[in-house]
Amino acid sequence: MTTIHLNGQDREVDAPDDMPLLWAIRDVLGFTGTKFGCGMGLCGACTMHMDGAPIRSCVTPISAAAGKKITTIEALGKEKVGKAVQEAWVKVGVPQCGYCQCGQVMSATALLTRNPSPNEEEIETSMAGNICRCGTYNRIKTAIHTASESLKGGAK
Amino acid sequence: MSPMFSDFSFVNHGIDRRGFIKSVGATGALLFTANWTWAQEKPAKKYGGEGMPGGTKSDAKLFVAINHDGTIDITVTRSEMGQGIRSSLALVVAEEMEADWERCRVVQAVGDEAKYGNQNTDGSRSMRHWYEPMRQCGATVRAIIEAAAAAGWGVPIREVRASKHSVIHALSRRKADFAELVGVIASFEAPDPISIRYKSPRTYRYIGKEHTHSADAASMVSGTAIYGGDIRSAGMVYAVVARPPVLGSTVESFDDSEALKVKGVLKVMPIEGADVPSGFKPIGGIAVVAENTWAAIKGREALKVEWTSSPHDSYESEAYRQSLEEASTKPGKLVRSVGDVEAAFSKAKKTHAATYYLPHIAHAPMEPPVSTALLRNNFLEIWAPTQAPQAARTEAAERAGLPLEKTRINVTLLGGGFGRKSKADFINEAVEIAKAFPGRAARVQWTREDDIRHDYFHTVSGEHLEASLDRRGKVSGWLHRSVAPTIASLFGPDPKHQQAFETNMGHSNIPFAIPNVRIENPEIAAHARIGWFRSVSNIPHGFAVQSFIAELAEEAGRDPLRFYLDLLGDDREINPDELKDGWNHGEDPKKYPVDTGRLRNVLNVATKEAGWGKRLPKGKGMGFAVHYSFVSYVAAVLEVEVEKDGNLIVHKATMAIDCGPRINPDRIRSQMEGSCVMGIGLATTGEVSFENGSAKQSNFHDYQVPRISLAPRSISVHLVDPEKKVELGGVGEPGVPPIAPALCNAIYAATGKRIRRLPIGDQLA
Ligand code: FES
Ligand code: FES
Repeated sequence: MTTIHLNGQDREVDAPDDMPLLWAIRDVLGFTGTKFGCGMGLCGACTMHMDGAPIRSCVTPISAAAGKKITTIEALGKEKVGKAVQEAWVKVGVPQCGYCQCGQVMSATALLTRNPSPNEEEIETSMAGNICRCGTYNRIKTAIHTASESLKGGAK
Repeated sequence: MSPMFSDFSFVNHGIDRRGFIKSVGATGALLFTANWTWAQEKPAKKYGGEGMPGGTKSDAKLFVAINHDGTIDITVTRSEMGQGIRSSLALVVAEEMEADWERCRVVQAVGDEAKYGNQNTDGSRSMRHWYEPMRQCGATVRAIIEAAAAAGWGVPIREVRASKHSVIHALSRRKADFAELVGVIASFEAPDPISIRYKSPRTYRYIGKEHTHSADAASMVSGTAIYGGDIRSAGMVYAVVARPPVLGSTVESFDDSEALKVKGVLKVMPIEGADVPSGFKPIGGIAVVAENTWAAIKGREALKVEWTSSPHDSYESEAYRQSLEEASTKPGKLVRSVGDVEAAFSKAKKTHAATYYLPHIAHAPMEPPVSTALLRNNFLEIWAPTQAPQAARTEAAERAGLPLEKTRINVTLLGGGFGRKSKADFINEAVEIAKAFPGRAARVQWTREDDIRHDYFHTVSGEHLEASLDRRGKVSGWLHRSVAPTIASLFGPDPKHQQAFETNMGHSNIPFAIPNVRIENPEIAAHARIGWFRSVSNIPHGFAVQSFIAELAEEAGRDPLRFYLDLLGDDREINPDELKDGWNHGEDPKKYPVDTGRLRNVLNVATKEAGWGKRLPKGKGMGFAVHYSFVSYVAAVLEVEVEKDGNLIVHKATMAIDCGPRINPDRIRSQMEGSCVMGIGLATTGEVSFENGSAKQSNFHDYQVPRISLAPRSISVHLVDPEKKVELGGVGEPGVPPIAPALCNAIYAATGKRIRRLPIGDQLA
């Protein structure tokens, strides 16, 4: 039994210590917004925030998350930056199949939280771990700038 | 929390909430000026949507329901896998209905071909087959709503008109929201289709307009969109399957003692596989069923399986490449012949030959195959990200020993498809598990390793071209031999030759003004499951043809653009039959000729916009390619830089597409952008190679797909207006074929290095 602080609530998870956070949250707790793409920390589809930093939940055992603050896509819209990123994504029309996009949005939110005005290189570095097989990268860049602008523009 | 299903409804809409539209009656209650000009002679052969199994349907009541609050449910029967079709088709209905998009909701149809018509989401044909039926539905509903309003106000129908979710009677300044009319429209019958008035394109709000209206974008970025793995049910079981590593191999023996010790593992069970050719059926193996995905994965790791030997054990990619190239240099089955190539070659001032190689590639959709099945009370229900629900349903029903009407298949969103999810193998695995766990939903999850190792791989090919140049530097003779295992090997004794639908993808049907042409297809056997990959055989054929033309331009000492335009010759419409293309993507050759003027046009637009001919610094170069496929015309110009260490940077991609009339321009752009990135990926790193019969690659570390840094710094997409009235073309696939050759032509311009073997890999180092 591990207790994690998920999206603002303490949750007890009955799972073996080595179960990746991804499967614990999807299968045991039933939040399916976070996606499985590779299981090897290679694609970013499973990105969550642990104590504010983006992590690959497919290679993070639940034991490593004990007592930690975990945010998944389901709660991201409650945060100012997360909401701005989601809105920018819709406005720019980023998603194609959408499967990678929760992970992209999680990574972009972490980036903009840390660095409100990233340049192209910083964007490429921060987003390098998130694969989009549909190839929406150019719009991802545009949407990050859009979100950055909207956050600077006085946070409506 | 994702939805739990407690009943048999995927999308829950209470029937009593809506006002039903009555069936289309032959005797329309509404009379409009009949417009007979649409009538045509019935062609003997059926083309387009009508030529597909199940055809199309345009009965408005199947697709449109108006709720009492005035919101509209629009049913879309095609699968959403990133092309935006759920939004685009629904927008067509909304447009003709004069509905407000904000008040429309898209409902996904279950798989039911008898009811909805063909649902196979492939071949880049959803819009060109379903635009007219959806328009008709929208216009029909609008006619009914207008009639209801007119009757209510006691005014002639011609005096009212629907606009932005209301009906207006201007003379009396009355206006009624659709919501106010829901109660009365039920008593109105649909007009006879021939009397339907369509909106004037001048009044379009959605069709052809730049906007990003999407039925799904908001849910996709908030985690609420439902994909194949997101259906949940109490007591659900989760399975992964150990599958034979080599085509044709089966389980010799297995030891599940350790697997069963893994906490959470419930059962280890064999799944029977179909013999080769296995079609879309599962290839068998051993399933580990557990209480959660992780336990199933751990259980499979602990499982020991011995596999039987197979005639394909010796499949080895390097040796196969050699046999492909060897076969491509010898005469093969004649596909098309014009004039006398030998004579042209012997009279030539110069001849040139080149052989190209393109390896297998894996689809690797971001969402690996996954599906859920539940067998309960003699009823089978499936939730799956499928491109072909009807085929999946039919096979699942057979497997479960149930009649079709006792089987329901819900189509979830697809986390990418690219052709992989047309095959029902992964769905039928779930059915097998469900049979062993009656009353409990059973999910089969493919890991990425499963996905890459057991894909229906894109073919592997050797492409040999020879051509002669006459004294004026014009191409006088053209020989193209393409050798590649065929998709047909999935379904019957391996024919070893490409089928019409493969060779008609840029091999036989080249439209160039060359007097002597010979197209051949030597034989080669398949040793893996070969399947459709986005744009299919256009990839190898387009790559070879477009690379070779650039090589010929070089041989002739001419600018590639001028050389290419000369090769196209005068603008003309060519009947595909003349190009030995009797398939023509299933379209009427009269409506869909191959139009060299449209090829020229997109090429001119793309090269002009890209600044073709401008001087670039050392290490930089520009290349183009243009390709006709899926009855659309796409040109791409890539500007690249190759750094000293061989690092490749794609600075700019400029694409131009003529896909006929445009319905949802933003989704055309996004498909071009995505095709560009995918094309760069397959050119640079896309390769699945075989050793001892099995795929060597398994995940994104050794099967690399583009990351953000490999995407072009900018992609500009130009939507080209055809210079004449033409039919709708495809969008999802035709953007892919020109990318790899444009890239390699650009690399040549930058470095002088000609890439004839994909992927580029470390060839630039
Ligand atoms: S699923 Fe975790 S990085 Fe791919
Ligand atoms: S939108 Fe499909 S994988 Fe990114």
